Amino acid sequence: MERKKLSIVCFSGDFDKALAAFTLATGAAAVNWEVKMFFTFWGLNILKKKTGRSWIGSGILARVFNFLMGGKRTLPLSRLNFGGASPVLMTGMMRKSNVATLDELIDAAKELNVDFVACEMAMHILGIKKDDLDDHVQSVAGVATFLDASKDGHIIFI
Amino acid sequence: MLHSIDITKERCPMTMVKVKLKLSQIGDGDTLDVLLAEGEPLESVPRTAEEQGHSVEEIRKEGACYHVIIRKQASGSSGTVSR
Repeated sequence: MERKKLSIVCFSGDFDKALAAFTLATGAAAVNWEVKMFFTFWGLNILKKKTGRSWIGSGILARVFNFLMGGKRTLPLSRLNFGGASPVLMTGMMRKSNVATLDELIDAAKELNVDFVACEMAMHILGIKKDDLDDHVQSVAGVATFLDASKDGHIIFI
Repeated sequence: MLHSIDITKERCPMTMVKVKLKLSQIGDGDTLDVLLAEGEPLESVPRTAEEQGHSVEEIRKEGACYHVIIRKQASGSSGTVSR
């Protein structure tokens, strides 16, 4: 049986958009779709090993950018962020409603073997190395490789 | 061998994720008793199990919940999980 394919371009580093991306990814993988997530620009923040603010990257500007953007624990809500308070409150509301949190969805995506691909170009700009990212990132690739791997499938941009 | 899982407190997409991961852990030919709530889980769990080649042997109502009995088929595609 040929598996359907879903590729998600994770461009945004917003908390709520990351939730949407991982909800789609895990849902599709759970019904046996072959799922690939391509992380670029702000989306790379979701995958940083340093989940808070840290001075990673090569070059002063890259280090400042990476510090200001932070990692998974500092993702802002796309609206009504209130200085970072809202994602914490939202996570509490999700737990209360038995809805999977972002951490749980990311863990589920890994368990379901969702393929994490990091954008080579964005990593170069931000001075991020593969070692700075989650160990589940199997490959660093460009657009051509991503498109080739996603052909005959659905591509969603978040 | 009969296995069971309770997903009555789970919400989408973890309802399907939990069932998929549980099916990947049990042996071919084993049955999985999924306790779930009506609505979306009752719609999606039996349908996706059958789509993946497993057989739904029984759907039984118990109080406000349902038991969905799934037999894992060797041809079913529950393999691609990292374990």
